[in-house]
Amino acid sequence: MSFFEGLRFRKISSPIHDLDPRVKFIFVMAIFILAVIFWELPALIILFILQIPFIFLARVSKQWLRSMKGTAFLAALIFITNFVFRFFYGSESLAYLLEQATAMTFRFIVLISSFSIFFLTTSPDMLGLALEQSRFPYEFCFAFTTAVRFVPVMADEAQTIMDAQKARGLELEKGNFLKRVRNYIPILVPLIVNAIRRSIELAEAMESRAWGATKKRTSLYVLKLKRNDYLLILLTAAVFAVAIYIKLYVPIPSISQLLRLQF
Amino acid sequence: MIEVRNVYFTYPSGVEALKGVSLRIDRGEFVAIMGQNGAGKTTLVKHFNGLLRPTKGEVFVDGVNTKDASVATLARKVGYVFQNPDHQLFCETVEQEIAFALKNFGFDEESIKRRVDWALNLLGLSQYRESSPFMLSGGERKRLALASVLAWDPEVVILDEPTIGQDYAQKEKLRQFILQLRAQGKTIVIVTHDVEFVADCSPRVVLMANGRIVADGKAEKILTNPKLLAEASVIPPQVTQIFMELEHLGFPREVVDLYEAREIIIKRFKMKVKK
Amino acid sequence: MALIEAKNLTFTYAGREKPSIEDINLSIDRGEFVILTGPSGCGKTTLCRCFNGLIPHFYNGELKGEVIVAGLKVDEHPTYELACHVGMVFQNPENQLFALSVEKDVAFGLENLGLPREEIRKRVDWAMKMTGIYELRERAPYELSGGQQQRVAIASILAMQSEVMVLDEPTSFLDPLGAKQIFDVIYRLNRELGITVILVEHRLDLAANYATRVIVMNDGKIVMDGPPKKILSSEKAKLIGIGIPKATRLYQILKNDGIPLRRNKTPITPKEVAELIVEAFNHD
Repeated sequence: MSFFEGLRFRKISSPIHDLDPRVKFIFVMAIFILAVIFWELPALIILFILQIPFIFLARVSKQWLRSMKGTAFLAALIFITNFVFRFFYGSESLAYLLEQATAMTFRFIVLISSFSIFFLTTSPDMLGLALEQSRFPYEFCFAFTTAVRFVPVMADEAQTIMDAQKARGLELEKGNFLKRVRNYIPILVPLIVNAIRRSIELAEAMESRAWGATKKRTSLYVLKLKRNDYLLILLTAAVFAVAIYIKLYVPIPSISQLLRLQF
Repeated sequence: MIEVRNVYFTYPSGVEALKGVSLRIDRGEFVAIMGQNGAGKTTLVKHFNGLLRPTKGEVFVDGVNTKDASVATLARKVGYVFQNPDHQLFCETVEQEIAFALKNFGFDEESIKRRVDWALNLLGLSQYRESSPFMLSGGERKRLALASVLAWDPEVVILDEPTIGQDYAQKEKLRQFILQLRAQGKTIVIVTHDVEFVADCSPRVVLMANGRIVADGKAEKILTNPKLLAEASVIPPQVTQIFMELEHLGFPREVVDLYEAREIIIKRFKMKVKK
Repeated sequence: MALIEAKNLTFTYAGREKPSIEDINLSIDRGEFVILTGPSGCGKTTLCRCFNGLIPHFYNGELKGEVIVAGLKVDEHPTYELACHVGMVFQNPENQLFALSVEKDVAFGLENLGLPREEIRKRVDWAMKMTGIYELRERAPYELSGGQQQRVAIASILAMQSEVMVLDEPTSFLDPLGAKQIFDVIYRLNRELGITVILVEHRLDLAANYATRVIVMNDGKIVMDGPPKKILSSEKAKLIGIGIPKATRLYQILKNDGIPLRRNKTPITPKEVAELIVEAFNHD
């Protein structure tokens, strides 16, 4: 659950929050591609460090840490799997093994971290707007924002349903595994039925507000690229260009080689 | 029967919904908990069957501290009819719906059958025994929810906003039904903001505002006190509003019931005519 | 020409045997404030759905007779066209708000219509100010109270500048103070902007004072239609079982008991009843 907490948007005012979601997304994609291209640990560490200023500028350090905590288990799993796998299949030195496993783990962390920052700093309606302006079909964007809008409503409803059934003697904690799964039927059925009923009411309301009147829908808000957006695009392009150059022409030493150089 | 001792309750979100509430409801009483939306009425009442447990303070149900008992155990004595029946209906037939709680509470087959029959009859739903609960109309679903709670014969029956969306005839039936339950010795607690309905029933009124109890007493005393009502943002019943305008003629103020109002006015008028 | 006209209107939902509304003949003029009431299941909601095209376009069934709204025959025009003339506010505040901010929700209908952005902005701001929710414009619907949510719904219909506003039991989930606020807003829109209001309500004690006309339905048919004071004081209304305000009931009971209360002015508010009683007492 703490992982999802780390992804939930918080209404803070920061330069990162105000950035156009599409530009942010391009940045995140660039990091994603670079993280996949590079296998070397130093490169991946640099990619990780690159995100830190963004975290602080956006003032989401607490939430970001929470999402990172949530991934700790998976990260450890990746490390161990990689290490064990290479141990049995390769014949390299221990230092190399450690470095490779750490690199894979870091890749995972870099990916999760960048997406976490994205979702922490982008409100769902900005996201919906970005989807809209990126020429996604409107029905899709609408379904997305409406779903997000009803998440807290349905969470409340699920709680109320649980209370109502508990008040009728339903004990969710008791019984063997099978019984416990069956105990969730009295909660799921009303939840789903109400969701269906709700969607009919929503459809009625949509019809009553001229849904489908014209294919050329307009919008109250419009995303416009500002100075900071252009800066980020420039930064992304620069980082990407430099990274590709390094990948093609500059060999990256491993940490063990770097350490040996010191001695 | 139910004792609330200086209870404070704060939701996980940080909202402090109850700020030092103390209350005592004896067996057989009829209590209406009133106040605006957000005053803390539902929060308070959810403490009566253990759905919520106080952050500070204690709640006792029939001598048992709610912190020491499960919701299921407390629910056996305290039946809670939720505001929206669609939050609990899930079975394939009406019959199964009523039997659900009975099965949970461990009644035997024979008793379950007997009680289901009885509950269906009581609420006039026998013809729907084999129907799907979802096929019933809004009012019928509300009756089904009530039937499924009464089936296990709890000593206390809590009705959360039972008059919402009901028309005049349905409210009258409900009022009659409450009288019936009272005659059986049940303790009834209704949570409502419907002053006119409360004026018709004339229960003990517990008035809440901002997480506190601002008044507790007979309906005639509470619903006719403009200061208390203003504090809880409650509009007085129409009959009371009329008598407030008649005060300067020497009429009593503490009137909420329609028929009592009529008696008083006729008596006074006859007295005047005699002069 | 009447703004809404129904002639011999009968509608049976698909799969049902009995019509939900039968032989409805109705004419509503611009600027009226109509309360539509009656026992549960009498067909009030079905009738409202005929006004903005949900029947027959959204709800399948057999439609007999005609409904003409702002000169348009309902079965010949799509809902989105009718929605520009008749807006509808529903009972459940939560299930008619879609967007993640209040102003985006108020703009929803206008966006659907493809209006230019400046026009949308203008109308949205105006509608929010008229309904008193301008300060809430950036809040999410989830954070609002039921009363505030209903005002957002009203604002979004208002922004579409439809001539008629139909409200189907909009105060069911609100406490009396919240309900009164909603009625005040609707009354203001009716008085100041001339918007025709059709309000479906049970709580006549709160709403009757605002209306110019009360239509009572029972069992799918219109059984009474006239000014509030006349309808609410009639014996027939009492028999049908609609929520006649207690003040009016007291008046009738006292009258029947012989108290000399002035006859030609049927009161519907407590103040009016009190005045008549005082008058009767001071008379001798």
